[in-house]
Amino acid sequence: MARVGGTSGQFALTFVDALSKMIKLSSVSKTFGTIAALHETNLDVSAGKTTVLIGPSGCGKSTILRLIIGLLEPTTGTIEIDGDRVSPANILRVRRRIGYVIQEGGLFAHLTASQNVLLMAKHLKEPVERMETRLLELCELTHFPESALQRYPVELSGGQRQRVSLMRALMLKPSVLLLDEPFGALDPMVRARLQDELKEIFKHLQQTIVMVTHDMAEAGFFADCIVLLNEGRIVQSGTLNDLRTKPATEFVREFLRAQRAVEAI
Amino acid sequence: MKPIILMVLIFALSAGAQAQRIVVGSKRFTESYVLGEIAKTTLQNAGFAAEVRPGMGGTIILWQALQGGEITLYPEYTGTIAEEILKTKPPLGTDQMSALLRQRGVGMTGELGFNNTYALVMRRDRAAKLGLHKISDLRDHPDLNVGVTHEFLDRQDGWAPLSTRYGLRMQNVRGIDHALGYAALANGSIDLKDAYSTDARIAENDLVVLDDDLHFFPQYQAVFLYRLDMDSRAVTALEKLVGTLDEPRMRLLNSEAERTKDYASAAALYFGQKPVSRSDDFIGKIGGWTLRHLELVGASLFLGIIAGIPLGIRASRPGPVSNFILATSGMIQTIPSLALLALLVPLPFFGISPVTAIFALFLYSLLPIVRNTATGLQDIPTAVRDSAAALGLEPRAQLWKVFLPLTSRTILAGVKTSAIINVGTATLAALIGVGGLGEPIISGLNLNDYKTILEGAIPAALLALLVQSFFDGLDRIFVPKGLRLKQ
Repeated sequence: MARVGGTSGQFALTFVDALSKMIKLSSVSKTFGTIAALHETNLDVSAGKTTVLIGPSGCGKSTILRLIIGLLEPTTGTIEIDGDRVSPANILRVRRRIGYVIQEGGLFAHLTASQNVLLMAKHLKEPVERMETRLLELCELTHFPESALQRYPVELSGGQRQRVSLMRALMLKPSVLLLDEPFGALDPMVRARLQDELKEIFKHLQQTIVMVTHDMAEAGFFADCIVLLNEGRIVQSGTLNDLRTKPATEFVREFLRAQRAVEAI
Repeated sequence: MKPIILMVLIFALSAGAQAQRIVVGSKRFTESYVLGEIAKTTLQNAGFAAEVRPGMGGTIILWQALQGGEITLYPEYTGTIAEEILKTKPPLGTDQMSALLRQRGVGMTGELGFNNTYALVMRRDRAAKLGLHKISDLRDHPDLNVGVTHEFLDRQDGWAPLSTRYGLRMQNVRGIDHALGYAALANGSIDLKDAYSTDARIAENDLVVLDDDLHFFPQYQAVFLYRLDMDSRAVTALEKLVGTLDEPRMRLLNSEAERTKDYASAAALYFGQKPVSRSDDFIGKIGGWTLRHLELVGASLFLGIIAGIPLGIRASRPGPVSNFILATSGMIQTIPSLALLALLVPLPFFGISPVTAIFALFLYSLLPIVRNTATGLQDIPTAVRDSAAALGLEPRAQLWKVFLPLTSRTILAGVKTSAIINVGTATLAALIGVGGLGEPIISGLNLNDYKTILEGAIPAALLALLVQSFFDGLDRIFVPKGLRLKQ
């Protein structure tokens, strides 16, 4: 793992590194009072790939997402996004390059679906025409009916709300998409359909994606790289096959076993 | 904060304009109202533009209003001047009293002619049954229920020194409003109360005065106190009243005032005119009170909103500042409104004016608005809070575009609560002569006249309902549609 250097001699290396590593956590830890939510962690997220953070509740997976988008500040260490070190000074700029989708969707109840999607673009005074075009593009991408754009969140189904949330995250063409248990609140049928569609969307976007889940089947379905966490530490990272065939610890084996498929019962 | 300064300026200017006129104040009992009207008519007959601020309160409020220049003169009693204003122990001669007042910038007319001293009164049947004739007879009856006015309870010539002088050990003594005290006496809730010797209700209610056999009560000769900067011709006009009112005549005027429920007509009787009939413009009168009432509520609520919402926003964040804001706005609410008015009146910029009433109402309107704003913002789900931040909105934009609209219903509910509370509390503005629907309520309470009370109470209740539905209408404008839909 090549570190970003400061001298001109390392320029080529730095450039390649910046292209391939979209997100880079160096010695990042987070403690709340005396409780460590995340022990010192190094993590590189490859550009254009889907990385899934998985682990039991409280393992620190959501903490990592919240650190990346700056909802939490790291206790130690640094976070770089696309070569920029995240700091309070540039956090607004960084956030505008990241899309963030959370479990309940986090939609604003006082705004219609289209107002939710366009809120930030309007705030940044983007040209109206470009916003309209992008909105229709996103409807098509996420299979959201245009006729429902004027509805308020309470008038939408759970699946539709997640689609709006995804459109909102993608509106400004972010370079990174973060998803925190995006299917968590959906019933199984809707969930399966949305998973299929989302995979199509991801393939289409060719984007850096970090997703948090606790479901190994979901992780295997989406991930180019799975990062398994336990008690605030990364236990193992690799493909589903790596985890299955070469489990690093007993915990990895146990975690995989606990996620039994219906067919195995 | 600018609008506050503006409002204070407007009121300061209007108060300045009124200072050119002669303003007669009066205390909150029948005789003082009547004397106030007599002074007004006397001054008007002498060519002055005079007006009355009736029933402003007790001695302290009137004295402060006189010193502050909100009023030019008011009727007072020599005993009260010695005991409450000059606070002197040995009895004073008229000249000494006049000289001491002059040092404080106040002049005193000669005595009007009657002595309205304090007296202790009982129902005739009750006194006869117990065989009570004089105050010293009370020594053998420590179990009687005593209900005296709050002022008498605290006065230097009031209940405590009286008890010491007579060696009374009464066990049940409480403070009760003067007008309500007569009703309590009539239904037997209390056995004994204080009264003024010229009080018309002594005869009306068939009460007996217990003889002051140890001559405890000082002389209470009626006079007018006036500011020394009052026009000397006005002083001359007032001095013509000296010696023209003896006790029977005063009692007659008091009785007339209570019978007709009209102080101006009783005053007219003094001038030998036919009593002027009560104003027939019933609708116009109630309309005027209601309008003033709405002004008080509207101005105070407006200030409450522009100060309360920012305070609520600040208080929604954890920390000592928030605790301070919430604790203070809560504490204000526990101060009785009458006490708050009394505390504000002596302060500079306030005094006996609408500013004082509006400021007091403003303070009362803060708590619901501050608390609802703070709670509403705190109750925004973390998911929504995180989403707003994660979009990259600046904190200010998060507040204006997301958090405040989401909280609008709760904030509006707080404003609504404040508005309705203010409609009720604003009736107390009449205590400092500012008017509003409290005016008929308080004078009705004084006259024991339920019809007059209802003239204020019914419009006030209707106004509260109207305010309620007005704000229900505002819901449609200020609460975004997405929050009004049912799931």
